[in-house]
Amino acid sequence: MIEVKDLHKSFGDAHILKGISTTFEKGKTNLVIGQSGSGKTVFLKCLLGLFEYEQGSISYDGKVFKNLTRDEKTDLRSDIGMVFQGSALFDSMNILENVMFPLRMFTKLSEDEMKDRADFVLKRVNLDGAHYKMPSEASGGMQKRVAIARAIVNNPKYLFCDEPNSGLDPKTAIVIDNLIQEITDEYEMVTVINSHDMNSVMEIGEKIVFLKNGLKEWEGSKETIFKTDNEAVTGFVYSSELFKKVRKMYLEENQ
Amino acid sequence: MKYLHNIGTYFIMIKDMFRKPTKWSVMKTLIFKDIDDLVIGSLGIVAFIAFFVGGVVAIQTSLNINNPLIPKYLVGFATRQSIILEFAPTFISIIMAGKVGSFITSSIGTMRVTEQIDALEVMGINPINYLVFPKFISLLLYPFLISIAMFLGVLGGLVACVYGGYGTLEDYIQGVQTDLIVFHIIYAFIKTMVFAFILATIPSFYGYFMKGGALEVGKASTTSFVWTSVVIIILNFLLTSLLLG
Repeated sequence: MIEVKDLHKSFGDAHILKGISTTFEKGKTNLVIGQSGSGKTVFLKCLLGLFEYEQGSISYDGKVFKNLTRDEKTDLRSDIGMVFQGSALFDSMNILENVMFPLRMFTKLSEDEMKDRADFVLKRVNLDGAHYKMPSEASGGMQKRVAIARAIVNNPKYLFCDEPNSGLDPKTAIVIDNLIQEITDEYEMVTVINSHDMNSVMEIGEKIVFLKNGLKEWEGSKETIFKTDNEAVTGFVYSSELFKKVRKMYLEENQ
Repeated sequence: MKYLHNIGTYFIMIKDMFRKPTKWSVMKTLIFKDIDDLVIGSLGIVAFIAFFVGGVVAIQTSLNINNPLIPKYLVGFATRQSIILEFAPTFISIIMAGKVGSFITSSIGTMRVTEQIDALEVMGINPINYLVFPKFISLLLYPFLISIAMFLGVLGGLVACVYGGYGTLEDYIQGVQTDLIVFHIIYAFIKTMVFAFILATIPSFYGYFMKGGALEVGKASTTSFVWTSVVIIILNFLLTSLLLG
């Protein structure tokens, strides 16, 4: 479990995160949603330890991240998998080498064992036969799947995804969403996803945290988001006519 | 204030380069790749420039000796001294600041823009050690490149002098062998090692700490070239004052 208490983060005079508190549980897909500029990415980077925060605490299974020594932070990071918005695959390596990279860095497995494990996770993300392609030769969807494979190859306890669907067509986006949810269930991970894709919210949002202007405005799930009367949430989630109709139908059906 | 901040950050980066080393099996591959990119990949341009500049130095020296009291072997002597003392270590380093320095800044800068450096950090890898240390080690072979530049520069002078009709082979060789002071070669290689360190670290600094997008990668490469050249020229002056002054 990841527990966040009263998190504050500023850049100069700009107060970006203004006291966020929440928890992310094991085996659940946790979505952090909000408009562009609401502080989602800063929040995620604070969780990952890429940004230092001024006030509050973040604890991973009871261990407060700030209080850990440098070595303890390194150990913890080997339990973290991250899927970046732009995939962040290493340009100089092919797909197989990208997936094998965390194994090469943190395990003592032999070359064959590493290759077997990489083969397994590449099959798991439905990417068979693309092992020797360079990232620049792969499509956006393929790159995202490689990034997921690289993130889970070391059996992490925590998986973070920054807008995993951005730039993907709706069909591929759903494939990626379902894949993340299946992997979360299968490996019992704590998964935190930054998103502003409403399809993802409806599809996999087992827990949803809505940020607005650096504050936690609302917290719930894909079921409760239909019923909420929080104007900021409804204004954001049901901004399109289609979603407004979907919500209306859902509420009528469940009256 | 900004300059002081940058200098401080640069020295912290140097310290971090030696902290938390990357696994040797991975580091070995990175070092070999950087030797190929930075040293072997520069052989052609260094050889080409050294050979022709050596020729130009010999021709210019020869054309400027009008006094019959000045011995003919001075052409070989002057070419050797110019090449060994200044051209090979300093001038080639400025060229390398453009070639290798821009490559280092743009490759690390692109990794920063595309979040590859963040990915390394999240994995618990020390990105500075992973990216900068192999470049520093591979540029320990820089004296090899400078030795080739020295040899080809003197050879270029010989070819231009003899085949251009500016002097005889015997005079040129006599000049090259006259008053050879071993410390001058040691001085040249001390400078080479210092410049190798500068070539590996300043461009890495500008790539690693760059902010922004693709446009800023280009700007960072230019800034990196300017500052690497400035530092090389200042250190050249200081080292010459200290070692030969």
